[in-house]
Amino acid sequence: MNPRTLVLSAACALLAIALALVSLSVGTTKLPVVDVLQSLLGGGDGSTRLIVLELRLPRVATGLLVGIAFAVSGALLQTLSRNALASPDIVGVNSGASAAAVTVIVLAGTGGGNISGIAARVGIPLAAIIGGLAATAIVGVLSIQRGVIDAGRIVLIGVGVAAAANSLVAWLLVIGDVTDAGRAAAWLAGSLNARTWSDALPVGLAVLLLVPAAVAFNRDLDALVLGDDVASALGVRVSRVRVALLVIATVLAAMATAGAGPIAFVALVAPQIAQRLAKTERPPLLSTALLGALFVTAADLVARNGLEVLQVGPYELPVGVVTAAAGAPYLLHLIGRQQKGR
Amino acid sequence: MFVENLTLAYGGDKPVVSGLTLEVPSGRLTAIVGPNGSGKSTLLRGMSRLMAPQSGRVLLDGKDIHRLPARELARELGILPQGPVTPEGITAVELVSRGRHPYRGMFARLTADDQSAIDQALAAVELEELKDRPVDQLSGGQRQRVWIAMVLAQGTPHLLLDEPTTYLDLAHAVDVMNVVHAAAHTSARTVVVVLHDLTLAAQYADHLVVMGNGEIAAQGSPVEVLSAELLQEVFGLRATVVEVGGAPVVVPDRRLAV
Repeated sequence: MNPRTLVLSAACALLAIALALVSLSVGTTKLPVVDVLQSLLGGGDGSTRLIVLELRLPRVATGLLVGIAFAVSGALLQTLSRNALASPDIVGVNSGASAAAVTVIVLAGTGGGNISGIAARVGIPLAAIIGGLAATAIVGVLSIQRGVIDAGRIVLIGVGVAAAANSLVAWLLVIGDVTDAGRAAAWLAGSLNARTWSDALPVGLAVLLLVPAAVAFNRDLDALVLGDDVASALGVRVSRVRVALLVIATVLAAMATAGAGPIAFVALVAPQIAQRLAKTERPPLLSTALLGALFVTAADLVARNGLEVLQVGPYELPVGVVTAAAGAPYLLHLIGRQQKGR
Repeated sequence: MFVENLTLAYGGDKPVVSGLTLEVPSGRLTAIVGPNGSGKSTLLRGMSRLMAPQSGRVLLDGKDIHRLPARELARELGILPQGPVTPEGITAVELVSRGRHPYRGMFARLTADDQSAIDQALAAVELEELKDRPVDQLSGGQRQRVWIAMVLAQGTPHLLLDEPTTYLDLAHAVDVMNVVHAAAHTSARTVVVVLHDLTLAAQYADHLVVMGNGEIAAQGSPVEVLSAELLQEVFGLRATVVEVGGAPVVVPDRRLAV
């Protein structure tokens, strides 16, 4: 790792931790940061502990983990398709995961009631993985040219698959019960509201297992940015590596989607910003992960308190609305830049 | 390096190279020339593992390249494809260090061996002073030399280069060919280079292979091979071949409008 990347990673980590602490201390009950720290370290009084550890920490932890998962997923997809526009939100992974999750919410919903405990806890993450993998499988298979997955086709075909999955979601929302459809729509915006440890757990496991797995492919990614032919000449088994990385990226994004809904633009923007700040030729994985965590935590802080600070009202926004507001202009900038490069 | 009865085809199409046999002289510079579509680049891809043959084998010191593990092959045989895409922002030394991929562990840092191979490769292409510059800011000729340094750093006894002088003006093309020639002669590598410039090929090659229609039309030393008849027959080109300093030079016959 070069010094620039190291400094960037450290800065992102410190900022993310700082914002997480702020996030734990603000809310209906304002707590001093010192009390928050005491609770985290095992001290503090009972009610503070309850607020910090049971009510707020799951949300903050889910935000950090989801940020890491989306960002690393985007970094992998962008590197292996050699396209800055590739990310799970663009190439259909999030849409596939959403379509499957909404299917569960709408079809398993009991018309007004919540999904029964097990179905919601296991059902949505599992459905999200299956939907995400199905979308990736379709994109992968359709991108095959001359026996290998063609990097250049992933984005084009992915956009098509995303559109198909999104229309499935729209149809499910129309046919579904109003209450279920409402819950599904809220989930689709991407929200960290009322997260519990069981939301954080699946994405936490995915991050714990798959981020190191992705890091283990660092050398291969270094070769892969030079093109398939050069990578293959350097001894990389390009097809196998690409499939492995596609699966890792898909599961990370699907678990993040299961945990907090398809929070927009994190996977697209975090790797690109990390790459520009680190001045590297591809998104550096560790910095990207930490920047993703920072992005989601900051966005959630704004989502929770932004309207109150502006004195518009005590309402909370879904975090996805904030990331989209920040990320959409950046997407336009990227598209403009790519067209100028042609 | 020995190519045995090699047939190469894309998908189910008619073979681009059919039943080709070629013995590549060791420690020498071999140039492959031929008209567009004659199968010269395809042959080079088939001689590495970038393209699987329909039939036939490529032997490296008696071993079939398709039976060697990928990493092991990458320590034996280097190939630089035509027009590689330079990632934005990568520096020359970083790009060259990627050539050490077949020797590196998953997390290991560059070893002293890696470092000296990288330094030597940069020295061989005379770019030590520009090593920290982003490659996309270098001139076309310098950029091509960085890429060649990358395959040199790979430290393979066999080296295949696909049209390394394309899009370069003559002075830069000569710089590149000097490096390629030195790779064969001062470090005793077996080098095969596909070229489209006949005169450049004839100036540098120890062994010249002329391809036409997926087969070898002629091979041997440039002086033996390049003749007016061959150019007419294989390239459909009317030209005079003259010898300058022991190497043939192709002068096309003009047909000037009056």
